[in-house]
Amino acid sequence: MTRSKAALIGAASLKPVRQTEGETTLGMLARVSARALADAGLEKDAIDGLLVGPQVGETPQHVPATVSEYLGLQPAMANVVDLGGASGPGMIWRAAAAISAGMCETVLCVLGNHRNAEAPRSPNRNPIREFDVPFGASGANISYALLMQAHMAKYGSTAEDFALIAHWARANAQRNPNAIFHGKPASVEDVLNSPIIASPLHLYEIVMPVAGAEAVIVTSAKRAKELGSRAVHLLGAGEKVTHRAVSQAPSLTSGPLKPSMERAFAQAGVTAQDMSLLSLYDCYTIMVAATIEDAGLCEPGGFGRFMRAHDFGPEGDMPLNTHGGQIGYGQPDLAGGMTHVVEAVHQLRGSAEGRQINNPRLALVTGNGATMSEAVALVLGADE
Amino acid sequence: MSELADLKVPGPTEIELTKPFWKAAAEGRLLVQRCEDCTKAILYPREICPHCWSEKLTWEQASGLGRLKSFSRVHKPGHPGWMPVSPYVVGLVELDEGPTMLSHILPGECEPAVGDRLELKPTNIGGRVLPAFQRKDQGENV
Ligand SMILES: [Zn+2]
Repeated sequence: MTRSKAALIGAASLKPVRQTEGETTLGMLARVSARALADAGLEKDAIDGLLVGPQVGETPQHVPATVSEYLGLQPAMANVVDLGGASGPGMIWRAAAAISAGMCETVLCVLGNHRNAEAPRSPNRNPIREFDVPFGASGANISYALLMQAHMAKYGSTAEDFALIAHWARANAQRNPNAIFHGKPASVEDVLNSPIIASPLHLYEIVMPVAGAEAVIVTSAKRAKELGSRAVHLLGAGEKVTHRAVSQAPSLTSGPLKPSMERAFAQAGVTAQDMSLLSLYDCYTIMVAATIEDAGLCEPGGFGRFMRAHDFGPEGDMPLNTHGGQIGYGQPDLAGGMTHVVEAVHQLRGSAEGRQINNPRLALVTGNGATMSEAVALVLGADE
Repeated sequence: MSELADLKVPGPTEIELTKPFWKAAAEGRLLVQRCEDCTKAILYPREICPHCWSEKLTWEQASGLGRLKSFSRVHKPGHPGWMPVSPYVVGLVELDEGPTMLSHILPGECEPAVGDRLELKPTNIGGRVLPAFQRKDQGENV
Protein backbone atom coordinates (compact mmCIF):
# COMPACT_ATOMS: atom_id res chain seq x y z
CA MET A 1 0.00 0.00 0.00
CA THR A 2 1.78 3.11 -1.25
CA ARG A 3 -0.11 5.56 0.98
CA SER A 4 1.13 3.77 4.10
CA LYS A 5 3.35 5.82 6.40
CA ALA A 6 3.92 2.76 8.58
CA ALA A 7 2.40 -0.62 9.38
CA LEU A 8 0.94 -1.68 12.72
CA ILE A 9 1.75 -5.41 12.79
CA GLY A 10 1.16 -6.36 16.42
CA ALA A 11 -1.18 -5.33 19.20
CA ALA A 12 -1.96 -6.67 22.66
CA SER A 13 -3.69 -5.82 25.92
CA LEU A 14 -3.63 -7.02 29.51
CA LYS A 15 -7.16 -7.53 30.81
CA PRO A 16 -8.03 -4.47 32.92
CA VAL A 17 -8.44 -5.05 36.66
CA ARG A 18 -9.58 -2.68 39.40
CA GLN A 19 -6.65 -3.42 41.72
CA THR A 20 -3.29 -5.15 41.46
CA GLU A 21 -1.28 -6.67 44.29
CA GLY A 22 2.48 -6.34 44.26
CA GLU A 23 2.61 -5.72 40.51
CA THR A 24 5.11 -3.34 39.01
CA THR A 25 4.46 -1.18 35.98
CA LEU A 26 7.70 -2.51 34.51
CA GLY A 27 6.50 -6.08 34.90
CA MET A 28 3.16 -5.29 33.27
CA LEU A 29 4.87 -3.51 30.38
CA ALA A 30 7.06 -6.59 29.88
CA ARG A 31 4.09 -9.00 29.77
CA VAL A 32 2.05 -6.93 27.33
CA SER A 33 5.13 -6.34 25.15
CA ALA A 34 5.77 -10.10 24.92
CA ARG A 35 2.15 -10.61 23.83
CA ALA A 36 2.35 -7.87 21.19
CA LEU A 37 5.60 -9.40 19.91
CA ALA A 38 3.95 -12.82 19.63
CA ASP A 39 0.95 -11.23 17.93
CA ALA A 40 3.33 -9.69 15.38
CA GLY A 41 5.14 -13.01 14.88
CA LEU A 42 8.49 -11.36 15.60
CA GLU A 43 11.59 -12.23 17.62
CA LYS A 44 12.62 -9.83 20.36
CA ASP A 45 15.73 -8.67 18.55
CA ALA A 46 13.60 -7.28 15.70
CA ILE A 47 12.66 -4.39 18.03
CA ASP A 48 15.06 -1.48 17.58
CA GLY A 49 12.85 1.39 18.67
CA LEU A 50 11.00 2.04 21.95
CA LEU A 51 8.32 4.55 22.92
CA VAL A 52 7.03 4.54 26.50
CA GLY A 53 4.93 6.79 28.74
CA PRO A 54 5.79 8.60 31.97
CA GLN A 55 5.76 6.27 34.96
CA VAL A 56 4.78 8.48 37.85
CA GLY A 57 5.45 6.93 41.22
CA GLU A 58 7.75 4.22 39.89
CA THR A 59 10.37 5.58 37.49
CA PRO A 60 10.39 9.40 37.50
CA GLN A 61 13.34 9.78 35.10
CA HIS A 62 15.31 7.68 32.62
CA VAL A 63 12.19 5.76 31.73
CA PRO A 64 13.28 4.44 28.29
CA ALA A 65 16.61 3.20 29.71
CA THR A 66 14.86 1.48 32.61
CA VAL A 67 12.34 -0.23 30.33
CA SER A 68 15.01 -1.17 27.74
CA GLU A 69 17.15 -2.76 30.42
CA TYR A 70 14.23 -4.70 31.88
CA LEU A 71 13.19 -5.98 28.45
CA GLY A 72 16.73 -6.67 27.28
CA LEU A 73 16.33 -4.25 24.39
CA GLN A 74 19.01 -1.98 22.95
CA PRO A 75 16.90 0.42 20.90
CA ALA A 76 18.38 2.83 18.37
CA MET A 77 15.50 5.26 19.11
CA ALA A 78 13.92 5.63 22.55
CA ASN A 79 11.66 8.28 24.00
CA VAL A 80 8.95 9.15 26.47
CA VAL A 81 5.71 10.39 24.94
CA ASP A 82 4.00 12.54 27.56
CA LEU A 83 0.67 13.61 26.09
CA GLY A 84 -1.69 12.20 28.69
CA GLY A 85 -4.43 10.16 27.06
CA ALA A 86 -3.09 11.19 23.65
CA SER A 87 0.22 9.43 24.33
CA GLY A 88 -0.78 6.11 22.68
CA PRO A 89 -1.87 7.54 19.32
CA GLY A 90 0.98 10.05 19.64
CA MET A 91 3.42 7.14 19.73
CA ILE A 92 2.18 5.73 16.43
CA TRP A 93 3.10 8.67 14.19
CA ARG A 94 6.35 9.21 16.10
CA ALA A 95 7.28 5.60 15.42
CA ALA A 96 6.47 6.14 11.73
CA ALA A 97 8.56 9.33 11.66
CA ALA A 98 11.54 7.63 13.29
CA ILE A 99 11.30 4.75 10.81
CA SER A 100 11.05 7.17 7.85
CA ALA A 101 14.04 9.06 9.17
CA GLY A 102 16.08 5.87 9.03
CA MET A 103 16.60 5.80 12.79
CA CYS A 104 15.11 2.37 13.31
CA GLU A 105 12.95 -0.25 11.61
CA THR A 106 10.49 -1.67 14.16
CA VAL A 107 9.16 0.20 17.20
CA LEU A 108 7.52 -1.12 20.37
CA CYS A 109 4.93 1.40 21.63
CA VAL A 110 3.87 0.44 25.15
CA LEU A 111 1.87 1.97 28.00
CA GLY A 112 0.66 0.51 31.27
CA ASN A 113 0.26 0.98 34.98
CA HIS A 114 -0.23 -1.02 38.13
CA ARG A 115 -2.86 -0.06 40.71
CA ASN A 116 -1.44 -1.35 43.95
CA ALA A 117 -3.05 -0.11 47.15
CA GLU A 118 -0.31 2.43 47.83
CA ALA A 119 0.16 4.63 44.81
CA PRO A 120 2.67 7.41 45.43
CA ARG A 121 2.36 10.38 43.11
CA SER A 122 5.03 13.02 42.66
CA PRO A 123 4.05 16.44 43.99
CA ASN A 124 2.80 19.12 41.58
CA ARG A 125 4.23 22.61 41.85
CA ASN A 126 2.89 24.27 38.74
CA PRO A 127 0.25 26.87 37.80
CA ILE A 128 -2.72 24.47 37.83
CA ARG A 129 -1.75 23.44 41.37
CA GLU A 130 -1.25 27.03 42.50
CA PHE A 131 -4.32 28.61 40.89
CA ASP A 132 -7.01 25.90 40.58
CA VAL A 133 -6.59 23.51 43.51
CA PRO A 134 -6.96 26.13 46.31
CA PHE A 135 -10.48 27.00 45.07
CA GLY A 136 -11.69 23.40 45.35
CA ALA A 137 -10.94 22.20 41.82
CA SER A 138 -8.73 19.11 41.99
CA GLY A 139 -8.79 16.41 39.35
CA ALA A 140 -10.15 15.93 35.87
CA ASN A 141 -13.83 15.41 36.80
CA ILE A 142 -14.37 19.10 37.52
CA SER A 143 -12.57 20.24 34.37
CA TYR A 144 -14.74 18.06 32.14
CA ALA A 145 -17.87 19.01 34.10
CA LEU A 146 -17.06 22.64 33.26
CA LEU A 147 -16.67 21.73 29.57
CA MET A 148 -19.98 19.82 29.64
CA GLN A 149 -21.85 22.65 31.36
CA ALA A 150 -20.50 25.10 28.78
CA HIS A 151 -21.75 22.86 25.95
CA MET A 152 -25.20 22.62 27.52
CA ALA A 153 -25.38 26.39 28.02
CA LYS A 154 -24.21 27.22 24.49
CA TYR A 155 -26.20 24.62 22.53
CA GLY A 156 -28.99 23.46 24.83
CA SER A 157 -27.68 19.89 24.81
CA THR A 158 -29.33 17.72 27.46
CA ALA A 159 -28.34 15.20 30.11
CA GLU A 160 -30.07 12.51 27.97
CA ASP A 161 -27.92 13.43 24.95
CA PHE A 162 -24.77 12.77 26.97
CA ALA A 163 -26.20 9.67 28.68
CA LEU A 164 -26.68 8.06 25.27
CA ILE A 165 -22.91 8.04 24.80
CA ALA A 166 -22.35 6.19 28.09
CA HIS A 167 -25.22 3.82 27.25
CA TRP A 168 -23.60 2.84 23.93
CA ALA A 169 -20.19 2.38 25.56
CA ARG A 170 -21.72 -0.02 28.09
CA ALA A 171 -23.70 -1.76 25.32
CA ASN A 172 -20.55 -2.37 23.27
CA ALA A 173 -18.68 -3.55 26.38
CA GLN A 174 -21.12 -6.49 26.52
CA ARG A 175 -19.37 -7.81 23.38
CA ASN A 176 -15.89 -7.62 24.96
CA PRO A 177 -15.21 -10.16 27.74
CA ASN A 178 -12.11 -8.17 28.79
CA ALA A 179 -14.13 -5.00 29.50
CA ILE A 180 -14.44 -4.04 33.16
CA PHE A 181 -18.21 -3.50 32.62
CA HIS A 182 -18.75 -6.76 30.72
CA GLY A 183 -21.96 -8.17 32.16
CA LYS A 184 -23.04 -4.71 33.35
CA PRO A 185 -25.01 -2.88 30.66
CA ALA A 186 -26.52 0.52 31.46
CA SER A 187 -29.66 2.09 30.03
CA VAL A 188 -29.98 5.84 29.54
CA GLU A 189 -32.10 5.85 32.72
CA ASP A 190 -29.37 3.95 34.60
CA VAL A 191 -26.84 6.59 33.55
CA LEU A 192 -29.14 9.44 34.61
CA ASN A 193 -29.88 7.70 37.92
CA SER A 194 -26.20 7.25 38.75
CA PRO A 195 -24.91 9.80 41.28
CA ILE A 196 -23.85 13.29 40.20
CA ILE A 197 -20.12 13.54 40.85
CA ALA A 198 -19.60 17.11 39.67
CA SER A 199 -22.64 18.60 37.98
CA PRO A 200 -23.64 17.94 35.26
CA LEU A 201 -21.44 14.78 35.18
CA HIS A 202 -22.94 11.47 36.35
CA LEU A 203 -20.82 8.61 37.67
CA TYR A 204 -21.53 6.39 34.64
CA GLU A 205 -20.27 9.11 32.29
CA ILE A 206 -16.81 8.91 33.85
CA VAL A 207 -14.17 6.25 33.15
CA MET A 208 -13.33 3.80 35.90
CA PRO A 209 -9.59 3.74 36.75
CA VAL A 210 -8.10 0.28 36.30
CA ALA A 211 -4.72 -1.40 36.03
CA GLY A 212 -3.79 -2.58 32.57
CA ALA A 213 -1.31 -2.35 29.73
CA GLU A 214 -1.52 -1.99 25.97
CA ALA A 215 1.17 -2.38 23.34
CA VAL A 216 1.47 -1.90 19.59
CA ILE A 217 4.35 -2.81 17.28
CA VAL A 218 5.03 -0.50 14.33
CA THR A 219 7.30 -1.20 11.37
CA SER A 220 7.65 0.04 7.79
CA ALA A 221 5.12 -1.02 5.15
CA LYS A 222 8.00 -2.61 3.25
CA ARG A 223 9.13 -4.67 6.23
CA ALA A 224 5.52 -5.67 7.01
CA LYS A 225 5.20 -7.04 3.47
CA GLU A 226 8.52 -8.93 3.72
CA LEU A 227 7.39 -10.45 7.01
CA GLY A 228 4.00 -11.40 5.61
CA SER A 229 2.45 -9.61 8.61
CA ARG A 230 -1.24 -9.01 9.21
CA ALA A 231 -0.73 -5.27 8.91
CA VAL A 232 -2.85 -2.19 9.51
CA HIS A 233 -1.52 0.99 7.95
CA LEU A 234 -1.03 4.49 9.28
CA LEU A 235 -2.42 6.75 6.55
CA GLY A 236 -2.55 10.11 8.31
CA ALA A 237 -1.86 11.78 11.64
CA GLY A 238 -2.41 15.13 13.30
CA GLU A 239 -1.44 16.56 16.67
CA LYS A 240 -2.15 19.77 18.59
CA VAL A 241 -1.49 20.94 22.14
CA THR A 242 -3.18 24.15 23.32
CA HIS A 243 -3.17 24.52 27.13
CA ARG A 244 -3.08 22.66 30.45
CA ALA A 245 -5.70 24.11 32.82
CA VAL A 246 -9.31 24.43 31.69
CA SER A 247 -9.31 28.13 32.62
CA GLN A 248 -6.73 28.71 29.88
CA ALA A 249 -8.61 26.78 27.15
CA PRO A 250 -9.05 28.78 23.91
CA SER A 251 -12.56 27.28 23.61
CA LEU A 252 -14.74 25.28 26.00
CA THR A 253 -16.77 23.55 23.27
CA SER A 254 -14.23 22.77 20.53
CA GLY A 255 -10.79 21.32 21.16
CA PRO A 256 -7.39 20.73 19.58
CA LEU A 257 -8.67 17.48 18.09
CA LYS A 258 -10.40 19.60 15.43
CA PRO A 259 -7.19 20.70 13.68
CA SER A 260 -5.58 17.31 14.49
CA MET A 261 -8.35 15.40 12.71
CA GLU A 262 -8.35 17.86 9.79
CA ARG A 263 -4.64 17.22 9.29
CA ALA A 264 -4.99 13.45 9.64
CA PHE A 265 -7.86 13.33 7.12
CA ALA A 266 -5.98 15.59 4.69
CA GLN A 267 -2.84 13.43 4.88
CA ALA A 268 -4.88 10.30 4.26
CA GLY A 269 -7.00 11.92 1.54
CA VAL A 270 -10.25 10.89 3.22
CA THR A 271 -13.10 12.45 5.21
CA ALA A 272 -14.81 11.62 8.51
CA GLN A 273 -17.75 10.23 6.53
CA ASP A 274 -15.46 7.55 4.97
CA MET A 275 -14.69 5.86 8.30
CA SER A 276 -15.75 2.26 8.97
CA LEU A 277 -14.87 2.64 12.68
CA LEU A 278 -14.78 5.58 15.08
CA SER A 279 -12.34 4.77 17.89
CA LEU A 280 -12.75 8.00 19.87
CA TYR A 281 -11.07 8.84 23.15
CA ASP A 282 -13.77 8.84 25.83
CA CYS A 283 -12.55 9.80 29.28
CA TYR A 284 -15.99 11.45 29.71
CA THR A 285 -19.12 11.59 27.56
CA ILE A 286 -18.47 15.27 26.76
CA MET A 287 -15.18 14.27 25.10
CA VAL A 288 -17.01 12.03 22.61
CA ALA A 289 -19.63 14.72 21.98
CA ALA A 290 -17.00 17.37 21.27
CA THR A 291 -15.02 14.98 19.05
CA ILE A 292 -18.05 13.99 16.95
CA GLU A 293 -18.73 17.69 16.37
CA ASP A 294 -15.07 18.63 15.80
CA ALA A 295 -14.75 15.77 13.27
CA GLY A 296 -17.55 17.30 11.21
CA LEU A 297 -19.77 14.24 11.62
CA CYS A 298 -22.53 16.68 12.61
CA GLU A 299 -22.90 20.44 13.08
CA PRO A 300 -21.55 22.11 16.25
CA GLY A 301 -24.03 21.41 19.06
CA GLY A 302 -25.74 18.64 17.07
CA PHE A 303 -24.28 15.51 18.65
CA GLY A 304 -27.52 14.66 20.48
CA ARG A 305 -29.42 14.29 17.21
CA PHE A 306 -26.45 12.33 15.81
CA MET A 307 -26.59 9.91 18.77
CA ARG A 308 -30.30 9.30 18.11
CA ALA A 309 -29.84 8.88 14.34
CA HIS A 310 -27.34 6.01 14.33
CA ASP A 311 -26.58 2.52 15.63
CA PHE A 312 -23.10 2.49 17.19
CA GLY A 313 -22.73 -1.26 17.68
CA PRO A 314 -20.39 -3.54 15.67
CA GLU A 315 -23.20 -4.36 13.19
CA GLY A 316 -24.55 -0.81 13.19
CA ASP A 317 -24.22 1.88 10.55
CA MET A 318 -21.69 3.88 12.65
CA PRO A 319 -19.51 1.55 14.78
CA LEU A 320 -18.14 3.61 17.68
CA ASN A 321 -15.72 2.34 20.34
CA THR A 322 -16.55 -1.30 19.70
CA HIS A 323 -14.32 -2.44 22.61
CA GLY A 324 -16.65 -0.51 24.92
CA GLY A 325 -14.56 2.63 24.83
CA GLN A 326 -12.81 3.46 28.06
CA ILE A 327 -16.22 4.19 29.61
CA GLY A 328 -17.07 0.50 29.14
CA TYR A 329 -13.60 -1.10 29.10
CA GLY A 330 -11.99 0.80 31.98
CA GLN A 331 -9.18 3.35 31.85
CA PRO A 332 -5.75 1.83 32.49
CA ASP A 333 -4.28 5.30 33.05
CA LEU A 334 -2.20 6.41 30.04
CA ALA A 335 -2.71 3.05 28.35
CA GLY A 336 -6.38 4.02 28.06
CA GLY A 337 -5.62 6.02 24.93
CA MET A 338 -3.84 3.04 23.42
CA THR A 339 -6.94 0.85 23.79
CA HIS A 340 -8.45 2.84 20.90
CA VAL A 341 -5.44 1.98 18.71
CA VAL A 342 -5.45 -1.70 19.70
CA GLU A 343 -9.18 -2.00 18.95
CA ALA A 344 -8.73 -0.33 15.53
CA VAL A 345 -5.93 -2.79 14.70
CA HIS A 346 -8.19 -5.74 15.59
CA GLN A 347 -11.15 -4.39 13.62
CA LEU A 348 -9.17 -3.42 10.49
CA ARG A 349 -7.44 -6.81 10.21
CA GLY A 350 -10.57 -8.79 11.05
CA SER A 351 -9.45 -10.16 14.41
CA ALA A 352 -12.08 -8.51 16.64
CA GLU A 353 -13.55 -11.77 17.87
CA GLY A 354 -17.22 -11.61 18.76
CA ARG A 355 -17.56 -7.98 17.70
CA GLN A 356 -16.13 -7.79 14.19
CA ILE A 357 -17.48 -4.91 12.07
CA ASN A 358 -18.44 -5.47 8.42
CA ASN A 359 -16.16 -4.39 5.55
CA PRO A 360 -13.50 -2.73 7.72
CA ARG A 361 -11.50 -0.26 5.62
CA LEU A 362 -10.72 2.89 7.57
CA ALA A 363 -10.65 3.87 11.24
CA LEU A 364 -10.40 7.21 12.99
CA VAL A 365 -8.47 6.94 16.27
CA THR A 366 -8.29 9.88 18.65
CA GLY A 367 -6.31 10.52 21.79
CA ASN A 368 -6.89 13.29 24.29
CA GLY A 369 -5.00 14.48 27.33
CA ALA A 370 -5.32 16.88 30.27
CA THR A 371 -8.36 19.17 29.90
CA MET A 372 -9.25 18.66 26.22
CA SER A 373 -5.81 20.14 25.60
CA GLU A 374 -3.47 17.45 24.21
CA ALA A 375 -4.76 15.88 21.01
CA VAL A 376 -3.66 13.26 18.50
CA ALA A 377 -5.73 11.91 15.61
CA LEU A 378 -4.81 8.94 13.41
CA VAL A 379 -6.37 7.55 10.27
CA LEU A 380 -5.65 3.84 10.00
CA GLY A 381 -6.40 1.69 6.97
CA ALA A 382 -6.79 -2.04 6.35
CA ASP A 383 -4.18 -3.89 4.27
CA GLU A 384 -5.42 -3.79 0.67
CA MET B 1 -18.89 30.80 55.51
CA SER B 2 -17.10 29.85 58.72
CA GLU B 3 -17.11 26.30 57.46
CA LEU B 4 -15.01 27.34 54.46
CA ALA B 5 -12.51 28.98 56.82
CA ASP B 6 -12.22 25.80 58.86
CA LEU B 7 -11.40 23.53 55.92
CA LYS B 8 -8.13 21.63 55.91
CA VAL B 9 -7.40 22.02 52.22
CA PRO B 10 -4.28 22.71 50.14
CA GLY B 11 -3.55 26.41 49.71
CA PRO B 12 -1.69 28.17 46.92
CA THR B 13 1.86 26.93 46.23
CA GLU B 14 3.14 30.49 46.13
CA ILE B 15 6.36 31.24 44.24
CA GLU B 16 8.54 34.39 44.21
CA LEU B 17 6.78 35.76 41.10
CA THR B 18 3.27 35.30 42.51
CA LYS B 19 3.88 36.74 46.01
CA PRO B 20 2.29 40.13 45.13
CA PHE B 21 -0.80 38.33 43.80
CA TRP B 22 -1.39 36.30 46.97
CA LYS B 23 -0.47 39.22 49.26
CA ALA B 24 -3.11 41.37 47.53
CA ALA B 25 -5.57 38.46 47.65
CA ALA B 26 -5.08 38.25 51.41
CA GLU B 27 -5.99 41.96 51.55
CA GLY B 28 -9.13 41.37 49.52
CA ARG B 29 -7.83 42.68 46.21
CA LEU B 30 -7.45 40.92 42.86
CA LEU B 31 -4.37 41.64 40.76
CA VAL B 32 -3.70 40.89 37.12
CA GLN B 33 -0.58 41.57 35.11
CA ARG B 34 -0.71 44.10 32.26
CA CYS B 35 1.62 43.82 29.27
CA GLU B 36 3.12 47.22 28.42
CA ASP B 37 3.76 46.18 24.84
CA CYS B 38 0.55 44.52 23.66
CA THR B 39 -1.60 46.01 26.49
CA LYS B 40 -3.35 42.71 27.22
CA ALA B 41 -4.18 41.66 30.77
CA ILE B 42 -2.69 38.37 31.99
CA LEU B 43 -3.71 35.83 34.62
CA TYR B 44 -2.25 33.55 36.06
CA PRO B 45 0.93 35.61 36.54
CA ARG B 46 3.84 34.78 34.24
CA GLU B 47 7.45 35.83 33.63
CA ILE B 48 6.61 36.81 30.05
CA CYS B 49 3.44 37.85 28.25
CA PRO B 50 1.90 34.73 26.65
CA HIS B 51 0.53 36.90 23.83
CA CYS B 52 3.68 38.72 22.66
CA TRP B 53 6.53 37.37 24.88
CA SER B 54 7.31 40.83 26.24
CA GLU B 55 8.93 40.91 29.67
CA LYS B 56 7.44 44.34 30.43
CA LEU B 57 4.66 43.27 32.75
CA THR B 58 3.21 45.38 35.54
CA TRP B 59 0.72 44.59 38.31
CA GLU B 60 -2.69 46.18 38.10
CA GLN B 61 -5.71 45.95 40.36
CA ALA B 62 -8.62 44.26 38.56
CA SER B 63 -12.17 45.58 38.77
CA GLY B 64 -13.30 42.38 40.45
CA LEU B 65 -16.12 42.07 37.94
CA GLY B 66 -16.61 39.19 35.56
CA ARG B 67 -18.91 36.74 33.87
CA LEU B 68 -19.53 33.07 34.67
CA LYS B 69 -18.31 31.08 31.63
CA SER B 70 -19.10 27.70 33.16
CA PHE B 71 -19.56 26.10 36.56
CA SER B 72 -19.87 22.78 38.33
CA ARG B 73 -21.51 21.83 41.59
CA VAL B 74 -18.97 19.44 43.10
CA HIS B 75 -20.52 16.54 45.02
CA LYS B 76 -17.42 14.35 45.16
CA PRO B 77 -14.36 16.58 45.57
CA GLY B 78 -10.98 15.61 44.14
CA HIS B 79 -9.42 16.42 47.51
CA PRO B 80 -11.00 14.88 50.63
CA GLY B 81 -10.46 18.10 52.61
CA TRP B 82 -13.37 19.64 50.69
CA MET B 83 -15.90 17.00 51.82
CA PRO B 84 -17.31 19.03 54.76
CA VAL B 85 -18.66 21.77 52.45
CA SER B 86 -19.74 19.66 49.47
CA PRO B 87 -21.65 20.12 47.36
CA TYR B 88 -20.02 23.44 46.53
CA VAL B 89 -19.63 25.36 43.29
CA VAL B 90 -16.52 26.18 41.29
CA GLY B 91 -16.62 28.17 38.09
CA LEU B 92 -14.68 29.74 35.27
CA VAL B 93 -14.73 33.49 35.69
CA GLU B 94 -14.03 35.62 32.64
CA LEU B 95 -12.79 38.86 34.14
CA ASP B 96 -13.87 42.13 32.56
CA GLU B 97 -10.15 42.72 31.95
CA GLY B 98 -10.05 39.67 29.64
CA PRO B 99 -8.37 36.68 31.28
CA THR B 100 -10.30 33.72 32.68
CA MET B 101 -9.62 32.30 36.14
CA LEU B 102 -10.99 29.34 37.99
CA SER B 103 -12.55 30.32 41.30
CA HIS B 104 -14.87 29.33 44.10
CA ILE B 105 -18.44 30.55 43.52
CA LEU B 106 -20.27 31.45 46.72
CA PRO B 107 -23.97 30.61 47.10
CA GLY B 108 -26.26 33.43 45.97
CA GLU B 109 -30.01 34.04 45.96
CA CYS B 110 -30.51 31.72 42.99
CA GLU B 111 -28.85 28.82 41.25
CA PRO B 112 -25.77 29.73 39.21
CA ALA B 113 -26.19 30.02 35.43
CA VAL B 114 -23.69 30.46 32.64
CA GLY B 115 -23.61 34.16 31.79
CA ASP B 116 -24.16 35.37 35.38
CA ARG B 117 -22.49 38.67 36.24
CA LEU B 118 -20.09 38.05 39.10
CA GLU B 119 -18.24 40.18 41.59
CA LEU B 120 -15.20 39.52 43.72
CA LYS B 121 -15.94 38.31 47.25
CA PRO B 122 -12.70 37.81 49.16
CA THR B 123 -13.32 34.72 51.28
CA ASN B 124 -11.47 32.84 53.98
CA ILE B 125 -10.94 29.34 52.60
CA GLY B 126 -8.89 27.02 54.76
CA GLY B 127 -7.48 29.91 56.80
CA ARG B 128 -6.43 32.11 53.85
CA VAL B 129 -8.38 34.89 52.17
CA LEU B 130 -8.72 33.93 48.49
CA PRO B 131 -10.42 35.71 45.56
CA ALA B 132 -13.79 33.95 45.43
CA PHE B 133 -16.77 35.27 43.44
CA GLN B 134 -20.50 35.66 43.89
CA ARG B 135 -23.41 36.48 41.57
CA LYS B 136 -23.93 40.20 41.29
CA ASP B 137 -27.67 40.45 41.88
CA GLN B 138 -28.36 44.15 41.40
CA GLY B 139 -30.32 44.54 38.15
CA GLU B 140 -28.45 43.14 35.17
CA ASN B 141 -30.43 39.96 34.71
CA VAL B 142 -29.17 37.60 32.04
ZN1 LIG C 1 2.09 41.27 25.46
